[in-house]
Amino acid sequence: MKIMNCPLNGPRNISEFTYGGELKAMPDSATCSDIEWADYVFNSDNAAGVVTEWWMHTPSSYWFLAERHTVTDQIIRTFDPKEVFNQRVDFHANSTALKGVTA
Amino acid sequence: MPFNLLKYGLSSDYPVEVDLPAPKELKSSYDVVIIGGGGHGLAIAYYLAKYHGITNVAVLEKSYLGSGNTARNTAVIRSNYLTSEGVRFYAESVNMFQNLSNEFDFNIMYSERGQLTLAHTDATVRAFRQRAEVNKHFGGRTEMIDRQQIRELVPSLNLDPGHLPVLAGLWHMDGATARHDAVAWGYAKQAAKRGVEIHQLTDVQDLVIENGAITAVKTNRGTIKCGCAVQAIAGHSSLMMAKAGIRSPIQTFPLQAMVTQPFKPFLDPLVSSSALHCYVQQTSRGEVVFGGGSDPYPLYNSRSTLDLKESLLAHAIEMFPFLANAKLMRQWAGITDMTPDYSPIMGLSPVENYYLDAGWGTWGFKATPICGKTMAELIASGGKVPDLIKPFALERFSRFQQVNEMGATAASH
Repeated sequence: MKIMNCPLNGPRNISEFTYGGELKAMPDSATCSDIEWADYVFNSDNAAGVVTEWWMHTPSSYWFLAERHTVTDQIIRTFDPKEVFNQRVDFHANSTALKGVTA
Repeated sequence: MPFNLLKYGLSSDYPVEVDLPAPKELKSSYDVVIIGGGGHGLAIAYYLAKYHGITNVAVLEKSYLGSGNTARNTAVIRSNYLTSEGVRFYAESVNMFQNLSNEFDFNIMYSERGQLTLAHTDATVRAFRQRAEVNKHFGGRTEMIDRQQIRELVPSLNLDPGHLPVLAGLWHMDGATARHDAVAWGYAKQAAKRGVEIHQLTDVQDLVIENGAITAVKTNRGTIKCGCAVQAIAGHSSLMMAKAGIRSPIQTFPLQAMVTQPFKPFLDPLVSSSALHCYVQQTSRGEVVFGGGSDPYPLYNSRSTLDLKESLLAHAIEMFPFLANAKLMRQWAGITDMTPDYSPIMGLSPVENYYLDAGWGTWGFKATPICGKTMAELIASGGKVPDLIKPFALERFSRFQQVNEMGATAASH
């Protein structure tokens, strides 16, 4: 069994987790073009290598971030999202908070 | 006959039929470079030569022919999809498959057994009614059948698996299977006969794009110029698209499958159930092939996991309880390029003279002939997209015009 280390619950079987997609910056839906929004909704880097992605520990509904190698399937690090989201996110009024998010 | 055999045994000029000519040096330039020597790439090459007289073509394959998903899929041929766009496209492919052995003078072991999909919920029964009507509208042979008819078709099937009794079935008489490697070999043989060059162990490492148009490809055997290029590399589509600077909606997941020891023939149709995440068929050798859903998270690795095997086989045994004693002989995985709407990406790309044959997820094998034919038409016309593949353009994701086939896959992924 493959084990993933949940930052909240400790090491658990990978079957307890749900994959949640790549960490990517969200454009401002009020001001961005349709093309930018479509790019955000559908497109992904789908990189072969180390990626940062969202995961959820399903029984506790706890979302966190993981660095994982998509060729070797090695989980390098899992961490609480507060490492990245360290200030209040304002989803309105030309928010730039999410634009600064990078892997 | 033994005398003939003896004669040829002693003679030095035994009439050997060569399917593929010996490898040659790469030329410095080709009219068309096809990246990927699987079924799709070879089919494009064949139809370019056959229908359009374009033979200055190189097929570049990084490993051996059909080494990727062409030889890893579970060889299901069917057209009972959900959307008009999808059914029209796949139905044409089924028609083409029926005559391929004759066309190739090479037996692809096409076997029209019919495909049975099981409904375990009222919602699925409703979806089946729609699929049956859409399929009939486009000339396919599909109908709804009840439990009694299912029992007659597949006596060994357990109609009351656990908490999910079978309510009805979608019986697709055009459903078939074929030897997938032979499809690639048949196309390769006939394309090579017409002058197409097939280069194995030739890895395309980068693309040369000048002023928004492709001009050359860089390979491990040197750079070659090209009038145009097409990528047909299931499993790594988005990585090649990234080299061309193209963003893609593809996410890449492994899909695991396995096969048992051979049994006497007991299962004629291909049987699938998306509620049980499982499809089952018996090959002409008697082995039972199990395929299921993709892995739960993206990966570029064909490793095996116990979790997926356990869940897939638990469901397979619910469907066919006597298989509980069967021994597994082999397991493998393919790398599938899943798109958000479970339809392929075919046609033009933002790079001029660079064409896409990508995003084939778990539905690529059955489309091999029609994909090859329509892509060849697109390339030969210099970029005029045939009507049949217009709905599958990459831009559908920026126009929010997806072709949703998620409900029509054999197993939910």
